[in-house]
Amino acid sequence: MRHLLSTGDLDRETAVHVLDTAAGMAATQSREIKKLPTLRGRTVVNLFFEDSTRTRISFETAAKRLSADVINFSAKGSSVSKGESLKDTALTLQAMGADAVVIRHSASGAPHTLARSGWVDGAVVNAGDGTHQHPTQALLDAYTIRRHLVGAGGTADPAGRDLAGLRVAVVGDVLHSRVARSNVDLLTTLGAEVTLVAPPTLVPVGVEAWPCRVSYHLDPVLADQRPDAVMMLRVQRERMGAGAAGGGYFPTPLEYTRGYGLDARRLALLPDHAIVMHPGPMNRGLEISADAADSPRAVIVEQVANGVAVRMAVLYLLLAGEVSPAGGHERLDDRTGIA
Amino acid sequence: MTSGPTAPDRPDRRDRPDRGTAVVLGAPEIGRALTRIAHEVLERNKGADDLVLLGIPTRGLPLAERLARRVAAVEAGVDPAALVGVLDVTMYRDDLSRHPTRPIGTTRLPASGIDGKVVVLVDDVLFSGRTIRAALDAINDLGRPRAVQLATLVDRGHRELPIRADYVGKNLPTAQAERVRVLVEEIDGEDAVHIEAGEEGPAR
Repeated sequence: MRHLLSTGDLDRETAVHVLDTAAGMAATQSREIKKLPTLRGRTVVNLFFEDSTRTRISFETAAKRLSADVINFSAKGSSVSKGESLKDTALTLQAMGADAVVIRHSASGAPHTLARSGWVDGAVVNAGDGTHQHPTQALLDAYTIRRHLVGAGGTADPAGRDLAGLRVAVVGDVLHSRVARSNVDLLTTLGAEVTLVAPPTLVPVGVEAWPCRVSYHLDPVLADQRPDAVMMLRVQRERMGAGAAGGGYFPTPLEYTRGYGLDARRLALLPDHAIVMHPGPMNRGLEISADAADSPRAVIVEQVANGVAVRMAVLYLLLAGEVSPAGGHERLDDRTGIA
Repeated sequence: MTSGPTAPDRPDRRDRPDRGTAVVLGAPEIGRALTRIAHEVLERNKGADDLVLLGIPTRGLPLAERLARRVAAVEAGVDPAALVGVLDVTMYRDDLSRHPTRPIGTTRLPASGIDGKVVVLVDDVLFSGRTIRAALDAINDLGRPRAVQLATLVDRGHRELPIRADYVGKNLPTAQAERVRVLVEEIDGEDAVHIEAGEEGPAR
């Protein structure tokens, strides 16, 4: 694994290895001293061209818990707002000796460009690009699902296991959601069955080629398919343009909530063991009601904690390996069987 | 760590033991050495009160468990399972950037913790001493034992740090390039210590 750009690049074995490593990291985070010396002397740059609080803080926490130096670079108030290109920003970071660049960008494919361009030697981690991918979010979702639902209902150690046979419903604004795309790829690779539920206006073109089912109606999916996990997506109103409440994608917020919001009634339709997930930040009252968000079955806060462990695992797997004589990292490709 | 230079197992070696391999310890010798070490630990620490045996994966753990059973056989009222823990030192190693990424293992301490206890680290082979340095750092982050001691089945010399073992099963003079392999029943299906002629140069 040289970079982490898309969950589509991960095969089952690699994905399970990342989840197992994350479990090892999570075990260290219950200690009094949470900091490990593992990445001492390595530099991780958080390059955020798009607003983000939780993902940036999560990556920063993960890097610091592994003793890496963290440099936060946000586009607001930086040279980017003066018109600097991605290339020049990248070359600057390279000159400063970044071992890993964690990038969030509003343009789909920006991390890919950065990784393939040769502008930086370090590992590139995609922290969300446009409406394309958000691989660490999908990994933490898979980790959370595995912890709760694999291995005798979460009581036995799920190490080495995938998500075979589990049913996951992903509900809401699929069109704008990189979380949905990453999860469809990863959860399917891990053997789960994914059903997307969204109003027809919020289903992307070409979805029939995705390895999942699509439904326009939430109630029948909850009642008939009995999903083991329900993942509510945020309605990304900032991407829906100006105008009416739903930007033309749905008539009014109230009607969206009626059709696709998770409330107490729909929560009761779920099997007893099912968990409720949300990548955050939540629009309470729109896609998820307070009843559902605060119910004991909601694992939304735990997802945040698992995010740190998963990002520690990703940074460890990308950065802890061999350093080649040239100074750059020799990538692990076939040496460890990690893609 | 099994053979010093390369931690990953080389099971293919066992299939061709003829390549300059010498068996230096068999099952009876290993059993006797562990029994002696168990008694030495009890003698030095005046009993099993406050004793914790931390095995270093992979093969330090079954050795620690066997030591605990031998301790329990001598001392009345000792629960061998409550004595043993496992200490993964991967994330404390100083050679992470010289090897392919190592998988992370588990660390599990006895329920009573290690604060104020006498911790005996148990490993199969003592070589450069770097694994033990990493283990000492790991212990530092987990608590503050009253004392830390080191038990090893084989001491093969070639120390690179000022570290010595308190309890040694067998001192084994070796050449730097040779490999020492400890096999244990629980993992490898037999108890033995092999020396294999090295074909690669010294790894560190």
